[in-house]
Amino acid sequence: MSLKDKLVSSYLAFEDYIDADSHIHDIRNSAIKSFEEAGFPTKKDEAWKYTSLNSVLKEDYCIFPKKDNTIEFKEVKKYFLHEIDTYKVVFIDGVYNSFLSETTHDKVDVCLMSSALTKPKYKAVIENYFNKVAKSDSMTSLNTAFAKEGAYICIPKHREVEKPIEIINFATGNEAALLLQPRNLIVAEENAHVQIIERHQSLTENAVLTNVVTEIFAEKNSSVDYYKVQNDNKTATLIDNTFISQKQGSNVSVHTFSFGGKLIRNNLNFYQKGERINSTLKGITIIEDKQHVDHSTLVNHIEPNCESHQDYKGIFAGNSTGVFNGRIIVEKEAQKTDAFQQNNNILIDDKATINSKPQLEIFADDVKCSHGCTIGQLDEDALFYLQSRGIAKKEAQALLMYAFASNVLESVKIPEVKARITKLIANKIGVKLGFNL
Amino acid sequence: MLQIKNLHAGVEETDILKGINLEVKAGEVHAIMGPNGSGKSTLASVIAGKEEFDVTEGSILFEAEDIAELAPEERAHKGIFLSFQYPVEIPGVSVTNFIKTAINENRKAKGLEDMPANEMLKMIREKAEMFEMDRKFLSRSLNEGFSGGEKKRNEIFQLAMLDPKLAILDETDSGLDIDALRVVANGVNKLKSDKNAIVVITHYQRLLDHIVPDFVHVLMDGKIVKTGPKELAYELEERGYDWIKEEAKAV
Repeated sequence: MSLKDKLVSSYLAFEDYIDADSHIHDIRNSAIKSFEEAGFPTKKDEAWKYTSLNSVLKEDYCIFPKKDNTIEFKEVKKYFLHEIDTYKVVFIDGVYNSFLSETTHDKVDVCLMSSALTKPKYKAVIENYFNKVAKSDSMTSLNTAFAKEGAYICIPKHREVEKPIEIINFATGNEAALLLQPRNLIVAEENAHVQIIERHQSLTENAVLTNVVTEIFAEKNSSVDYYKVQNDNKTATLIDNTFISQKQGSNVSVHTFSFGGKLIRNNLNFYQKGERINSTLKGITIIEDKQHVDHSTLVNHIEPNCESHQDYKGIFAGNSTGVFNGRIIVEKEAQKTDAFQQNNNILIDDKATINSKPQLEIFADDVKCSHGCTIGQLDEDALFYLQSRGIAKKEAQALLMYAFASNVLESVKIPEVKARITKLIANKIGVKLGFNL
Repeated sequence: MLQIKNLHAGVEETDILKGINLEVKAGEVHAIMGPNGSGKSTLASVIAGKEEFDVTEGSILFEAEDIAELAPEERAHKGIFLSFQYPVEIPGVSVTNFIKTAINENRKAKGLEDMPANEMLKMIREKAEMFEMDRKFLSRSLNEGFSGGEKKRNEIFQLAMLDPKLAILDETDSGLDIDALRVVANGVNKLKSDKNAIVVITHYQRLLDHIVPDFVHVLMDGKIVKTGPKELAYELEERGYDWIKEEAKAV
C-alpha cells in the first residue's frame, strides 16, 4: 500500500478516535479530501520542480506511534537553549512530554494544541484563527487532516513574553520509520511581543518524516521573532509549512538555519493584511553530501506602505542541492511597497547545485522592488589575504564562509541563539575558530 | 635573508617577471620603484605565494631555503609579511578577532600555545596606540567601510603585531595623507632592526623620505634594470623613467 493510501484509509479511524464532535471536524474532513485529490507533490508540480520526495516516500512510516516514549533530560540537554531561561513545549514522537516542558497560563498561554482544540475556553481563538491562513496545498492539507498536537501560543494584548519559547520535537527512533505532523498556532494579539525557537531532532538514524504546519497571526503593532534551527540527522526529512498573517504596524521575522537533515523543504508564506507592516525572511543554508534544502518563500503585499526584506545565503558542498524560489506579489492596492530580496550562494564543490529563482509579480506602479542573486566560489584574493597572514587555507575558507553568512546573523535578537548558530556554523564548516565570533 | 635568482613568473602563458635578481640582507631597507605595469606588485605577490602566479624559472630562497613551492601561510610562518596595496574587506570578522587568529595560527605553526588573552590585549593596545588608531576601530569588521588611509594603517598595525623578518610594503603610501604617512612611517621605523628587512614598493619618493632605503631598484618590464643608493629615488622623481629606459637599451 502506498503511503497516500495508508494515510487516507487510516483517516476515518483517526477522526473517530480523537473526537468526531470536535469543532474542527469539518476542516479536517475537507482537508483529507484535498489531500486525496492532490496526492503527494511530484516534480511535475511547478512548485516542486527541483525537489523530489520519491526517496522519502518509499519508507513504511508509522503514522500513530506508541505513547509511552520517554527520554532523559541529560540525553537531550544540548538541543535546548539551556544557557537562558525559556518556556519549553516539548514533544516526543509527536506526544507532549510534561517532564521536559515548561508551559504557562500565567497572563499568556504557552501550551498545547490538543487542549486548544478540545477545551471550550479556547474555542473562540480556534474558530478565529485555526486554518485561517494555511493554504490547502497537499502537504498542508495532509497536516490539517491529522492535526491534533503541537504548540499553542497565544499572547494577549500589550503583553511581552519575558522569555523566549522553545518548541522542540524529538523523534526517539523507537519506530523504524516515523511520520510526524505537528501543528502549531501562534497568535500575537495587539501590541504583543514574542520570540520563538523551533527545532526538530531525531535521536537515532531511523527515518523520520516531519510535515509541520505553523500558523502565525501578528495582530496590530505586534512583533514575532521566529527562529527555525534545522540541524537534524541525515536520515530526517522536514517539510515545514509556515503561514503568517500580519496586521497593521506588525513586525514579523523568520530566520531559518538549515544545516542538517536529508531533505528540507521550507514553505514560508507571508500575507500582509494592513499598512506599515514589516516582514523579514532570512536564512543560512550550509549543507554537504547529498543533502537537499529548498526554500520556497512567498511575500504577498496586499496593502500600501509595507516592507519586506529577504536575505538567504547558501553554502553548498559535496553533491548537495539547494533551491531558492522567492516569490513576491505586489497587489494593485499595495502602493509604496518596499520589497527587497537577495539570495547569495557559494558552491564549494563541482557537484554541488543551486537552483535560484526569483519571481516578482508586481501589479502596483509606485513601488520599490529589488532582487539579486549570486552564485560563485570563495574569493581567491580574500583567501590569499588571510593566508598571507599565516591563517591556514582551511581556516581561511571557514573565516570567509562565516563572513559570507554573518550579515544574516546580525538581525538575530537573542544573543544565545546567535552564539549557538555561530557554533553550529563553525562545526558544520569543520573548523574550530579560535575566538568568539 | 631573501635571495631571488633569475625569477620568471606569470599568469598562464604571459610572463610578467622576466629574470629578477635581488638579494635582501637582514637590517636592510630596499625600495622597488618603476612605472605602472612593470611587475612590482606581481613580485610582491610571488614572494608571498599567491597561487595565481606560476613560477616558471629561477628560485626564491628565504633564509637559504627554497620557498617557491610553499603555501602563503607557510611563508607567513617563516616570517614573510606582505602589506597589501588593496586590502580585502572581510565583513563579520573584527580587526581584533582577525589579528588574534593570525597570531595564534602563527604560534601554532611554531608549536607554541595560544597567546594568553591578557597579553594579547595588551599588545593590541600598545600597537594600536603606536599607529594612533582609535579603540573603536579595533572592533570594526576587517577593512569593511575603511577609508584608503585606514586600510593602510591597519596593514601596518598587523605588521607590527606579527613582527615578521621580512616586510614587503606594496604601495603603502597610496591613499595616505601626509600626517598618516608620517605615523605609518614612524611606526615602520620603530620596528626596524638589524634582524629584519623591509622591501618598500612605491611610485613616489615621499615615503622614502621617512623610510630611508639602503638600495633603490628600478623595475621595468619584469626586470630590475638599475640599482642605486637612496639618491636614485630623487633622480627618478625629477626625471621620470625614460632616461633609464634609454640607458638600459644602451647596455
